[in-house]
Amino acid sequence: MSDLLQTPLHDLHVERGAKMVPFAGYAMPVQYKLGVMKEHEHTRAKAGLFDVSHMGQVRVSGDNAAAALEKLIPVDIIGLGESRQRYGFFTNEHGGIMDDLMLANRGDHIFVVVNAACKDADIAHMKNHLEPDVMVTPVPDRALFALQGPAAEAVLAALNPAAADMAFMDVATLDLNGAECWVSRSGYTGEDGYEISVPNDHAVALAETLLAHDDVEPIGLGARDSLRLEGGLCLYGHDIDTETTPIQAALIWAIQKVRRAGGDRAGGFPGADAIFSEMAEGVSRKRVGLIPEGRAPMREGVPLFADAEGDAQIGAITSGGFGPTVGSPVAMGYVATAQASPGTTVYGELRGKRLPLTVSKMPFTPANFKR
Amino acid sequence: MKYTEEHEWLRTEGDVVVVGITEHATTQLGDIVFVELPEVGTTVAKDDEAVVIESVKAASDIVAPLDGEIVEVNEALAENPGLANEDAVGDGWFFKIKPSDPSQMDDYMDEAAYKDLIA
Repeated sequence: MSDLLQTPLHDLHVERGAKMVPFAGYAMPVQYKLGVMKEHEHTRAKAGLFDVSHMGQVRVSGDNAAAALEKLIPVDIIGLGESRQRYGFFTNEHGGIMDDLMLANRGDHIFVVVNAACKDADIAHMKNHLEPDVMVTPVPDRALFALQGPAAEAVLAALNPAAADMAFMDVATLDLNGAECWVSRSGYTGEDGYEISVPNDHAVALAETLLAHDDVEPIGLGARDSLRLEGGLCLYGHDIDTETTPIQAALIWAIQKVRRAGGDRAGGFPGADAIFSEMAEGVSRKRVGLIPEGRAPMREGVPLFADAEGDAQIGAITSGGFGPTVGSPVAMGYVATAQASPGTTVYGELRGKRLPLTVSKMPFTPANFKR
Repeated sequence: MKYTEEHEWLRTEGDVVVVGITEHATTQLGDIVFVELPEVGTTVAKDDEAVVIESVKAASDIVAPLDGEIVEVNEALAENPGLANEDAVGDGWFFKIKPSDPSQMDDYMDEAAYKDLIA
């Protein structure tokens, strides 16, 4: 793993017994000594600390930064209030999703957090299309943590009481452990919590301080995946990619009315025609939640059929596994629109057998956000 | 106790052999969440796929280590797959096989050789 990049917490992970794996060019902890299941359960019961420093942090600044980003992202960024955050995605000219991301209005700039595997392409994409009108500045000198779970508020408020005053999707600059941190009340587990951007040279000290709390355990990518799956949240490159549109992916909620057909700032982003046409005429397939009826997990790639026999494949699973909190297997994937209603039975082909799954609403576990 | 390179353990009990996977294997696999056991009465050949196990990470196969007939399976394990993590060489056993050629046991490692393998 010598050619892999390391986050500022690399030695801390290794000291704490993490199993390190290659992920998006980085050596990342997939699990610690607790193991995936207990790490998952701990996060839902108390609080988990995730190192997500591999993700891309980017500042977009200039007088018209919000308007400029709206040329690439089909969400309402101009209307995003100061100190507020919002989910979004870059689209391509066919309406496919190039990456999903978080946008925060931090007053003098929009702070963008993108996926690790896409960050170089995303930065180039923004620079190519938006400079020189606005400045696109990567922030490699900061680490990024997620502190997630019902105890997250008490843990962070012990370092700075202002953390408790933040509502879901608020952002703030907070002094934590002597470091200037850019904090958002959000995450990707379906739990209340925070994401914390911290200067690299303060990262280890802040992580150690957080981990010194009895309620906090370090959590690896394995549990991060099962947590986000139970939360019904998409993993880029699996549940969404350049071949899926926001409409097919059931992410239409992220496109505010002002950017939709008939809105004051309708369109003006790549693939608007394709996306508006799908909104008007419907889509042939949709991303849905799926609950296997038996105990066997069904994972990414399992083909889905309308019937227990017959050749008519109607889709495939894009993420799946065991849901520790649900206590049974859970999955998501794409199915033909005719099979997309909750309650519909479809069949996954696993080891040569067709096994039933029920189309289900997501999330699989109730979201515990601080509204 | 004998061990295979596939990280199975084999314990002779009278004329049957109890088969499970080692603690080393369960540690590597992580939390086991699903076990599909063979049917009692199935005749298997050595290296046939006998059991499917799924951990939180991935699916893997357990092969029959011997030619023979499956005479008993661990139903408790099907109900509670975590038994394989909790007690790999005890309550977490998978199946019992009546070997048609008990001399096949001689092909496998003793504990010292297995410990060398995983060292």
